[in-house]
Amino acid sequence: MCVCPGPRRIGIPVRSSSPPLFSDAMPAPTQLFLPLVRNCELSRIYGTACYCHHKHLCCSSPYLSQSCLRYTPHPAYATFCRPKESWWQYTQGRRYASTPQKFYLTPPQVNSILKANEYSFKVPEFDGKNVSSILGFDSNQLPANAPIEDRRSAATCLQTRGMLLGVFDGHAGCACSQAVSERLFYYIAVSLLPHETLLEIENAVESGRALLPILQWHKHPNDYFSKEASKLYFNSLRTYWQELIDLNTGESTDIDVKEALINAFKRLDNDISLEAQVGDPNSFLNYLVLRVAFSGATACVAHVDGVDLHVANTGDSRAMLGVQEEDGSWSAVTLSNDHNAQNEREVERLKLEHPKSESKSVVKQDRLLGLLMPFRAFGDVKFKWSIDLQKRVIESGPDQLNDNEYTKFIPPNYHTPPYLTAEPEVTYHRLRPQDKFLVLATDGLWETMHRHDVVKIVGEYLTGMHHQQPIAVGGYKVTLGQMHGLLTERRAKMSSVFEDQNAATHLIRHAVGNNEFGAVDHERLSKMLSLPEELARMYRDDITIIVVQFNSHVVGAYQNQE
Amino acid sequence: MFYRFLSIIQRQRTSPRWQTWCLSRSSVSAAEAHSVTLPAQAQVVICGGGIMGTSVAYHLSRMGWKDIILLEQGRLAAGSTRFCAGILSTARHLTIEQKMADYSNKLYQQLEQETGIQTGYIRTGSVFLAQTQDRLISLKRINSRLNVIGIPSEIISPKKVAELHPFLNVHNLVGAMHVPEDAVVSSADVALALASAASQNGVQIYDRTSVLHVMVKKGQVTGVETDKGQIECQYFVNCAGQWAYELGLSNEEPVSIPLHACEHFYLLTRPLETPLQNNTPTIVDPDGRIYIRNWQGGILSGGFEKNPKPIFTEGKNQLEIQNLQEDWDHFEPLLSSLLRRMPELETLEIMKLVNCPETFTPDMRCIMGESPVIRGYFVLAGMNSAGLSFGGGAGKYLAEWIVHGYPSENVWELDLKRFGALQSSRTFLRHRVMEVMPLIYDLKVPRWDFQTGRQLRTSPLYDRLDAQGARWMEKHGFERPKYFVPPDKDLLALEQSKTFYKPDWFDIVESEVKCCKEAVCVIDMSSFTKFEITSIGDQALEVLQFLFSNDLDVPVGHIVHTGMLNEAGGYENDCSIARLSKRSFFMISPTDQQVHCWAWLRKHMPEDSSLVLEDVTWKYTGESLRAADTALNLIGPRAVDVLSELSYAPMTPDHFPTLFCKEMSVGYANGIRVMSMTHTGEPGFMLYIPIEYALHVYNEVMNVGQKYGIRNAGYYALRSLRIEKFFAFWGQDLNTLTTPMECGRESRVKLEKGMDFMGHDALLQQKQNGVYKRFTMFILEDHDTDLDLWPWWGEPIYRNGQYVGQTTSSAYSYTLERHVCLGFVHNFSKDTGEEQVVTADFVNRGEYEIDIAGCRFQAKAKLYPVTSLFTHKRRKDDVELSDLHGK
Repeated sequence: MCVCPGPRRIGIPVRSSSPPLFSDAMPAPTQLFLPLVRNCELSRIYGTACYCHHKHLCCSSPYLSQSCLRYTPHPAYATFCRPKESWWQYTQGRRYASTPQKFYLTPPQVNSILKANEYSFKVPEFDGKNVSSILGFDSNQLPANAPIEDRRSAATCLQTRGMLLGVFDGHAGCACSQAVSERLFYYIAVSLLPHETLLEIENAVESGRALLPILQWHKHPNDYFSKEASKLYFNSLRTYWQELIDLNTGESTDIDVKEALINAFKRLDNDISLEAQVGDPNSFLNYLVLRVAFSGATACVAHVDGVDLHVANTGDSRAMLGVQEEDGSWSAVTLSNDHNAQNEREVERLKLEHPKSESKSVVKQDRLLGLLMPFRAFGDVKFKWSIDLQKRVIESGPDQLNDNEYTKFIPPNYHTPPYLTAEPEVTYHRLRPQDKFLVLATDGLWETMHRHDVVKIVGEYLTGMHHQQPIAVGGYKVTLGQMHGLLTERRAKMSSVFEDQNAATHLIRHAVGNNEFGAVDHERLSKMLSLPEELARMYRDDITIIVVQFNSHVVGAYQNQE
Repeated sequence: MFYRFLSIIQRQRTSPRWQTWCLSRSSVSAAEAHSVTLPAQAQVVICGGGIMGTSVAYHLSRMGWKDIILLEQGRLAAGSTRFCAGILSTARHLTIEQKMADYSNKLYQQLEQETGIQTGYIRTGSVFLAQTQDRLISLKRINSRLNVIGIPSEIISPKKVAELHPFLNVHNLVGAMHVPEDAVVSSADVALALASAASQNGVQIYDRTSVLHVMVKKGQVTGVETDKGQIECQYFVNCAGQWAYELGLSNEEPVSIPLHACEHFYLLTRPLETPLQNNTPTIVDPDGRIYIRNWQGGILSGGFEKNPKPIFTEGKNQLEIQNLQEDWDHFEPLLSSLLRRMPELETLEIMKLVNCPETFTPDMRCIMGESPVIRGYFVLAGMNSAGLSFGGGAGKYLAEWIVHGYPSENVWELDLKRFGALQSSRTFLRHRVMEVMPLIYDLKVPRWDFQTGRQLRTSPLYDRLDAQGARWMEKHGFERPKYFVPPDKDLLALEQSKTFYKPDWFDIVESEVKCCKEAVCVIDMSSFTKFEITSIGDQALEVLQFLFSNDLDVPVGHIVHTGMLNEAGGYENDCSIARLSKRSFFMISPTDQQVHCWAWLRKHMPEDSSLVLEDVTWKYTGESLRAADTALNLIGPRAVDVLSELSYAPMTPDHFPTLFCKEMSVGYANGIRVMSMTHTGEPGFMLYIPIEYALHVYNEVMNVGQKYGIRNAGYYALRSLRIEKFFAFWGQDLNTLTTPMECGRESRVKLEKGMDFMGHDALLQQKQNGVYKRFTMFILEDHDTDLDLWPWWGEPIYRNGQYVGQTTSSAYSYTLERHVCLGFVHNFSKDTGEEQVVTADFVNRGEYEIDIAGCRFQAKAKLYPVTSLFTHKRRKDDVELSDLHGK
C-alpha cells in the first residue's frame, strides 16, 4: 500500500522493465520523492517529504520520466514511503546522493520570480464614469511543473455585454489546458450570440468580408495562442455556429447564460474528442490534437455582466466571492463545487451513472477508477472513449503516441465508458454592493490556503490600497500627536502591501511563504522558490489566480434601479 | 483652485490703504475684463505677477525705465508666491546667493515704509541645527562666508539654542548656526507692495491676461501675443515660475528653460495655548529635513523629503492642479521629525497641510539671464523654493542686466546659458529634480556629482575606460573620468565617501599625477568645447582679432592662449586658438562654455559675414566630413616618445615646438590634429581625433605606451596639475568681471600692437591706473592633509588679519606636497571699505591666512607659479633611447 497519497491527478502503473537508460544513471531519481501535499495539514506541507526506497520500480521511459511526477504508482506496484522528514533531513539525506543545492534568494530576486507572470487590467473609464461593474482584475501564476500546466484567460465579449475570466488546470501535459484556454471563450461567446449576429458572421465568412470581432483578449505576454492550429480550431467553431443557426427555431430570443455555458463546455469537449478521432493530414497538427485529447484540463470560468455573475466549473478549481460585512470583516462565499472525491454528490452521481457492480471500483482511493483526481474534465479521452476506439486511434496515430506508456494504458475496471464528462456545474449569483471581489484559482492555491484566509488577505490588500487615498483633516480637531500615531499605524500596515502592485501576486506570496502564524516568512519563501525544477512539484502545485474587483458603486446603482 | 485661507488672514492684517489700492485695481480689472485694451507697444513686457515679476518691474522702474507692462494670467501674487512659507534666509551656499538674499532682506525691511503696505516683516533670526559633525562643518563654512560679506552670524552651542527657542529638544545636537538678522515676511504682500511701488513709478499691470507666445524676428524679440491682443516690445522677461518652461517652448524658436515642479508640503497649526512670541526664531533642521517657523502664534513647518513627488511633467494640467491635496502619508516622515525636534507640540491642533508646488532646476541654482538664441528674451525663474529670499536681489540683477547689458555682480553660476539643449528633456528634468529637492537639505560635500540623468553624452571610449575602472563625473551632460580605480582597490560606498576631509581617492590620484610627471598618462578630454571658424576671405582673422584679446595673426600651425573679453575687459571666455590655415581657426574652450561662447560669438559676429562657425564638440559637421572630435590628452615627458613611435615623425622640440599644431598620422589613422599643449603646463600633446578613429588611436597609444609606463588618468589629476601651476580656469577662477590684467596675463593681450579689440580701452585704463584685485596663488603652510579639513572653494582669505577676498579653487599639489588655493586679493580701505589699487608689492608684503570652516591656516602668497615645477628632468638613458626612435 502506498502510504503516501500524492497530489497527482492520475495514477499509473509503471513497469519495472523500463528502458535501462536512467535506472542506473540516476542515483536518487527525483521522481521518487513523493509529495504529501494534498492530505497533510495545509500549513505544514513544506516541512515534509517522503523518500522512496524502491527507485527501480518507478523508472520508466524517457517520456514518462518527465511526466512521471504527475502520477502515483499503481497500487499494485506501490512503493513505500517514509513520511514526514523535515526539510533539512531531506537535504541531508540527499547530500550523499548528489550535490545539494541551497539557494538563498534576495528579496528582489524573490519579487522578480513572483512578478514574472503578473498581469493587471483596469476597465477603462468613459467620461469619468465607470459603467462596468468590474473595476479590473489582477492575475498571476507561479509554475511548479516545467513547463507550467495551468492556463488562464480573460476577455471582454464585444458582441454581447460581459466579461469572461477563467483558470484552467491541465494534467498529463499542458496541451489540453492550452487548447481550452484558447478556445473555450469563443465557444461561450458564440453560444451567447443572438441569431442575427451569428448569421451576419457566417455571411461575412462566406463572402470573405471582414469578421465582427467577438472577443477582446486581455493577455499577459507569456500567454500564447498556437498559430498552427488556429485554422483547425476556427473550422470547428464555425461548424458549431452553423449548427446553432440551423437549430434556431426563431422562437426563443432570450439566451440563457447558464445554458450557453453548459453547451459551450460540452461542445468544445466534443470537438476535442472528434478532432482526435478524425485526425489531421498535417502530422504536427495530428499529433497536437491527439495530445490535446489524451491530456486533460479542468476549467473554472466566470461570466460577469452587470450584476449577473455566472460561474461554470468543471473539475477542482474554485471560484470564491469576497464579501465585506457591515463591520468591515471579510467572509468567503464559495460559488463553485469541487468535482472530486470530497464532494459526496459527485461520488453519488458517478455511482448512479454506472452499474452497481462497479460501485466499488468507480471511485477508489478518492480517485476516479483509482487514477484521476478531478471527476470532471476536458480531454482525458482515456476515460471517455471505448477501449476499441482508444486502441484504434493509438494504432493509427503517430509513433510518439504508440511509444507512450501512458496513452496505451487502459484504466482498470474500465467497463462502461464514458466515466468522465466536461459538463460544467453553473452557479448564478446576483452581485450585491458588499461583494467586493471574486477569486478564481486552481487547486494549487486552495490546497495550501483556507478560503477564509484567501478572502481576508485579498480583502485587506485591496482596502490597504484604498488607504493610500489621502486622509484629510477637514475641520476635525486633530492634534499633531494623534495624526502621527495614525500615520505610523497606516505605514506599518502598508509596508507589507506595498511590495505588490497585484492582488494575485500578493496572494501567491502568502500561499507560498506563509509561516504558522499566517505571516510571510522570507526565508521560507526563498526556499520554496529556489527549489530545483524537478523538486518544485513535490512541494507545491502550479498556482494560477485571477482576482476580479467589482465596482460597488455601479453594483449599488443597478440595485437601486430595480 | 488653491487654498485661500492664507490670503484671507493676510487681508485681515493689511492696512486700509493697501486694501483700497487692491480693491481699486481689482475692480478696474473686473470692470475692464471685457473691454480692456492692452497698449499696442512697450519697451519691456514682463510675464508673471509673482514675486519675481514684480521685483523685476520694481527695479526696472527704479532705474528709470517707465515703459513697462506686467502681465499676470490670474491674480497678482498668486501661485507659489502666495503659498510660500515666508522665510527669508541668507544662509546660502553660494556667495552670489547670499548677496541676493541679503539685498532682499534689506529691501523688504524698508518696503513697508516706502509703500505703506504692510508686509508682515518681522526680524526673527534663524537657527540652523547640526545633528552631526559634518553638518556643523558645513554650517561653519557658510558662517565664515556670511561674516565676510557683512551678514552677522555665529556658531552656537546646543545650550544656547535651547535659550533661543522654548520647545526645542537639543539633546542630539552638536551645535548650530544663529543668523540673527533673518526674517519672516508675507511673500504675497511683498509682491503686492513691489507691484504697487512699480505702478506708482509708471509700470502698467494687467492681470487675467495670459501670454500665448513671444514674437521673434531675426533672433530678436519683437512683441508678445496675449489672449487679449498683441504688444510690441523690445524686451520680454519670463518670470512665469513653474510655467516658465512651457512658455519658453511656446515660441517659434523655443527657449529652453530647464526647470520642473515638485509638490511641497507644509503644516499649519492653530495657536499654542500661550502663543509663540512674534520674534521666535525660525528653526531649520536640515538633518531632520524640516523647517519650523512661528505662524500666528502657532507654527508652520515643512520640509524637503527624500522622495519628492514631481508634478506638471506634461505641462500645466488642470486635473493635477485640482488634485493638489494634502498627502499626510507622504508628510509622515517630516511630521515624525518635527515631533522629535519639538515633542511638546504633540497636543497642538492641526489646522491644515498645505500643498504648494515649488520649482527646481537641474543644479539647484536659480535661472536668470538672456536667452542664448533670442536677443531681448530674459528669464528669471526656477528658485528651488527660495524665491522669497532671492526675489529682491535677483530682480535687481536682472534689471541691471536688461538696462546695462550686464549685472553688477558675477552671476555666471545662475546664468541660463550654463545649460544646453540637453537639459530640457522632460524625462531628464523629472528625474533630476527628484534628486535635487532632497539635496536642499542634504549635506553638501566637496566634489558632489549628481547621480540621475547621467550617461547622456559620452565619448566613444566610454565603455573602454569604464571597464578599466574609471569613475565618472558629469559636466554639461558630458561624462568624464575623475580617476581610475585599480583592479585590486575598493572605494567606499557613495554615501560613506562624503567627507570634508581627505578623500578616499587620494592615493589613486597621486599615482596618476606621478605618472604624468615621470612617464605618460592619457586623459579623455572629449568634453571640451571645440569650435571651428572659417571664412572664404580674410574676414575670419579680422573678426577674431577684434573679438579676442591676443594677437591671432600668427603663422599657420601656432596656438595662441587668449581671452574673449567684454567691453569692461572681463573674460567672457578663456580659450586656446590654433590657426589651421590662413582662413580657419580651431578654438578650444571649457566644457560649460558651449552655449555661452556660441551665443557670444553669434552676437558679435557681423551678421552678413561669410564666416562659418561650427561646433565640432559633438555635432556632425557635414561639409568637411569631420565628425565629432574625440580629444585625448597625452601628458608626461614620455608622450613625445609614444607619439613619435606611432607616427614615424620627429617630435623633438625642434620639429614640434610647444604650442604648435599639426595634422599627422597616428597609427593607421591619418589626419589626426596634434597640438603640443596639455592644459596642465606639463609636456605632452592633445590629439583631436575624428570619432571613427578614436578607438584605434586609443588602442595604439596604449599598446605603444606600455613600455613607457602609460596609464589612464582622470580629471582630478589634471586639476591638481593645473592648479599647482597657477592655471586659472574660466567659470571657476575667471568670470566676466575679471580681466587679464588682474590675473597676471598681460602677456596674452595685444595692447602694444595698436589694434582695437573688445575691452581694449578698459584694459588700457587698468594698465595705467592699476588693478583692484589680483589673482594670487596660496600655498597652505601649516595644513595637515591627513587630519585637517580640506579647502574647497569660497574660503575667505585674510591678509594681516584683514579680509581681502575669497578662494576660487583649490587642489592638493602632489609635487609641492601642500594644498594650493587660488583666489583674488582685494585691498579694502580700512576706514571706508572702498576698494583700492592692489599692487604686486601689496600682495607680496602680507601675512596670509585661509579660513577653512572657521579654522585659519597660514598661507604663502605667490603671484607667479613655482618655477621648479616647469623644469622637466630627463634621465640620460631616456634621451638616448628617444634619440634612437627619433630617426
